[in-house]
Amino acid sequence: MSEQGTGSGGAPEERVPAMQRLLDNPFLLLFMGVASPAALYLLWGVMELSQIPIAQ
Amino acid sequence: MAVDTQAPSRGFSGASYRTCPETGLKVCSQAEALIKVNAVVAVVFLAVGGFFGLLVALTRWPAVHLLPADWFYLLLTAHGADVLLFWIIFFEVAVLYFASAIILNCRLAAPKWAWLAFVLMVVGAVVANVAVLQGESSVMFTSYVPMQAAPHFYLGLIVFAVGALIAVFVFFGTLVIAKEEGSYEGSVPLVTFGAITAAIIAVFTIASGAIILIPTFLWSVGYISHIDPLMYKVIWWGMGHSSQQINVSAQVAIWYAVAAMLLGAKPLSEKVSRMAFLMYILFLQLASAHHLLVEPGVSSEWKIFNTSYALYLAVLGSMIHGMSIPGAMEAAQRRAGFNNGMFEWLRKAPWGNPAFSGVALSIVIFGFLGGITGVIMGTEQLNLIMHNTLYVPGHFHATVVGGTTLAFMAITYLVVPLIFRKEIMFKKIAQWQPYVFGAGISGVSLFMMGAGTLGVSRRHWDIGFSDAAMSFDYPATAFLMMGLNGISAILASLGGLMFVLVVVCSVFFGKARTPESIAASPTLPSTGTAETVTTYGSEKHPKLPGTVVLVTVFFVAFVLYYYVNWKYLSEVWPLS
Repeated sequence: MSEQGTGSGGAPEERVPAMQRLLDNPFLLLFMGVASPAALYLLWGVMELSQIPIAQ
Repeated sequence: MAVDTQAPSRGFSGASYRTCPETGLKVCSQAEALIKVNAVVAVVFLAVGGFFGLLVALTRWPAVHLLPADWFYLLLTAHGADVLLFWIIFFEVAVLYFASAIILNCRLAAPKWAWLAFVLMVVGAVVANVAVLQGESSVMFTSYVPMQAAPHFYLGLIVFAVGALIAVFVFFGTLVIAKEEGSYEGSVPLVTFGAITAAIIAVFTIASGAIILIPTFLWSVGYISHIDPLMYKVIWWGMGHSSQQINVSAQVAIWYAVAAMLLGAKPLSEKVSRMAFLMYILFLQLASAHHLLVEPGVSSEWKIFNTSYALYLAVLGSMIHGMSIPGAMEAAQRRAGFNNGMFEWLRKAPWGNPAFSGVALSIVIFGFLGGITGVIMGTEQLNLIMHNTLYVPGHFHATVVGGTTLAFMAITYLVVPLIFRKEIMFKKIAQWQPYVFGAGISGVSLFMMGAGTLGVSRRHWDIGFSDAAMSFDYPATAFLMMGLNGISAILASLGGLMFVLVVVCSVFFGKARTPESIAASPTLPSTGTAETVTTYGSEKHPKLPGTVVLVTVFFVAFVLYYYVNWKYLSEVWPLS
């Protein structure tokens, strides 16, 4: 795949790597930074606690 | 250097600006005012909370045993809330506004909302303090149910959290404005990226707090009959521990900022440092699980994944920063001509400047005392030998006080002349302050951890068990450790008092900075260093023999301490 495209002025436009596009998007990072601990820490933990049988 | 236009000018968006004569940065007046008020209130809570902390430490010193039990638990609760939440988060809001509007050279988004956030935070913090000081809410910072505080304790925390959340979204809005108005090109500078990391963790932190504190408030007023204690613990620690991860991200951003401003230090690799921040974003909050490593209701898979796997990825991020920042300092110093031998760059660093010495001590204390011990506590097996002992506050006094608070103090020595535009008063006291505070808090951390290793409980009014039906004798060394902890706390309090004295006097009574005084004693050593903070870019082909030696010393200490703790564990559980 070509690393360069052509800008509107005809000048070569450097293709921004996917990882840099991710790091340049604070709202995508916000989603990932909330979803990751919400799933792995909170939801997983709450699911385990909800499966504990209630004492009779 | 930019022309000094101290008088504010008005931009096309209606916001007014001045151009800083020292950095050349365009300073939005609304952002500047909000940085000032948040920083001032933060210092007030540091002074109040720090004083409560001294009284707590003097009570835990068996020979002094200052307070009666009810006052001990009351002030321990107030100490935790004031310094772990209010001091830190007020200052972090100031850091967010600095890292967005000032560093990105743009106006602050929605300043009215930012002022509302500030008012809500002040009201919430005051209400929570009043609730604690009234004596009906001595539930500790963790406020574990079924202990119940007065309703306005929870309400104060909720109102504070709402204010902090608004401030975080003002920060995100400012990023959008900067992008749309083209105030920077390409990627945001690394310091701003660190602030983005802190803001993201803050959103998760505040959301977790809302999930658990709102029902707990309703329980305290009688609308809900029962809160499950273990459910409370899991969700509360999503807030309680993650709030300290906001600190880590903000403090690392400050390390990069001060290194750049004072030495012109560029990151060794912007990409690698940003990846290290990404590891924080994805994994750092999961370390909350180490507070639940002895709870029977959650599985070993949950515990081990969240601590001994995911936590290590976040630790990897910290170690990248821990090598990158000293490395960046070494590269900058060598570029400036300090090339002799292995460590001339370190010897000739500006150790008399409290902003530099504060950051340098913060890195050392956070890495050696806080970082290594954090990994030990995050290992499920090793955690058993110190869980809920005084080792835990020993660890977090190294991270939150020695690491974060010292870093925040350090940058304050730059904020006062650059944002408040006042001369630093009592320069000699300011020079000594980071050393006194750093030595004191290192002692607090080490001696608490020493006592914790001997089994001394955290949050315990009397380790002599003088009024207990069944007595227990701790080793005599534990009493010695608690005495040394008390002496160290006095030293740290002296360092804190020096900081408050210098900052309060400078801000309210200091001489205004003038072009003449700026020329005579510039805050930043040379022009162009502020540009290093505000632009994207890495050091080119650095040679870093000194940093390699320092990092090797760190790894040797890490490995030795890790295996020493496995040896302790083997003695707890003999195999034969």
